[in-house]
Amino acid sequence: MQVVNLISGINISSCLQCKKCSNGCVVSSLTKVRPSEIIRRLQLGAGDELLNSDLVWMCASCETCFARCPMNINMAAVMDALRIIAVKKNASKQKGNVALFNKSFLGTVKMFGRTYDLGMIAAYKMGTASYFQDTDKFPMMLKKGKISLLPSFQADKKYIRRIFKKKDIKQDRQ
Amino acid sequence: MKYAYYPGCSAESTARDQYMSVKEVAKKLNIELVEPKGWTCCGSTPAHHTNKMLSLALPAANLLMAQKMGLDVIVFCAACYNRMKVANYEIQKDPAIRKEISETLGEDYNGCVKVHHFVEILIKNIGVKKLQQSFTHSLDGLKVASYYGCLLVRPEEVTQFDNPENPTIMDSLIILMGGESIDWPHKVECCGGGFALSRIDIVIELSNSILGMAKASDAQCISVACPMCQVNLDLRQGDINKAKGMAYNLPIVYITQLVGLCMGISPEKLGMDKCVISPKPIIELVRKAY
Repeated sequence: MQVVNLISGINISSCLQCKKCSNGCVVSSLTKVRPSEIIRRLQLGAGDELLNSDLVWMCASCETCFARCPMNINMAAVMDALRIIAVKKNASKQKGNVALFNKSFLGTVKMFGRTYDLGMIAAYKMGTASYFQDTDKFPMMLKKGKISLLPSFQADKKYIRRIFKKKDIKQDRQ
Repeated sequence: MKYAYYPGCSAESTARDQYMSVKEVAKKLNIELVEPKGWTCCGSTPAHHTNKMLSLALPAANLLMAQKMGLDVIVFCAACYNRMKVANYEIQKDPAIRKEISETLGEDYNGCVKVHHFVEILIKNIGVKKLQQSFTHSLDGLKVASYYGCLLVRPEEVTQFDNPENPTIMDSLIILMGGESIDWPHKVECCGGGFALSRIDIVIELSNSILGMAKASDAQCISVACPMCQVNLDLRQGDINKAKGMAYNLPIVYITQLVGLCMGISPEKLGMDKCVISPKPIIELVRKAY
């Protein structure tokens, strides 16, 4: 809990277990664990096993939980903290491998300064072996100009280089 | 009226139609949009999933560009809008964060560049009277479901867009254009957003519930103000139909496309040929209604 508190800046102990977050959660009908349960487990001193909860990577970051919390607990920030710890501690991969998607996405940003859909999709598909998923949509999207073959070269990467360099140093320190 | 316009990465790919319609509508209203030269990605959801400082520094880099231009920022993408607002909020609130971001960027950014969504500019800055004068056509009673999604309205304290449970800003635009803005409960539900590639099963569940509710509420189309919502509801509609045994056929259009149509701008210029579910019935209706 201390680690989560530290990363998210959120004081979890103020939770009253009213469960408004769980009742409003858009994915809670699909998950085994619900948001209020995550908080309760943290209050009771949960360890790394919490990182394997399905909600960690099924949370859509829609922030309905935060919007409705009477104690103003930023549950979305708590979930971000759990995901950051899960990646760092190499917690077990979950369906869809959202962590790999994030890495592929940010990889293209680091390289080009803007997202490059095709590069991101390629990197993600290689890692998840989902090569044929959605390939039927590709010709239509290309025709409609909804996906580009080449990345954008317009971005000024001055800040991007500084940001990613600094971030890498910081992550190593953590 | 002059603004720094931040298109966001999707403007170059899945949301080219959004980009085209914003530019066309702005031109009609004499709003000058200047893109910050060399703008970069805001980091979107993957950044805040990965590293808090990264998720603040990426949008802050673009806000710094706008600060140097001395202009307020206009955004259309709800994710960019949200990330920029969060960056401003955190930088203003916490001097330690401001210091760290400034060190990362190599220049001080004070967190004070104003960020507006294009729809806010239409209603609040252009105003009802001038908008009405610019309309040559009408939606002629078209039943539109205004769909806001998550990132514009939440968290309210940060985005200050509208009421987080029942926003009405887009509805008022629909009514102004002569459409019927339907009352429905899924205005701020989540479409599955960032799971567009990684958890298609979740997108199908959530977007199906939104499409189902719009259909049950008698909507003839859904109006959106976010590129992720558009992709999940439009491009995935075929998959949803297949997985759920439905036949929705609901056009998903950007609010700026509807505004553009009512201003007499051609559907091609608004990128309406790029919608997967054909918006032809809407176009025909508006063309007939002077």
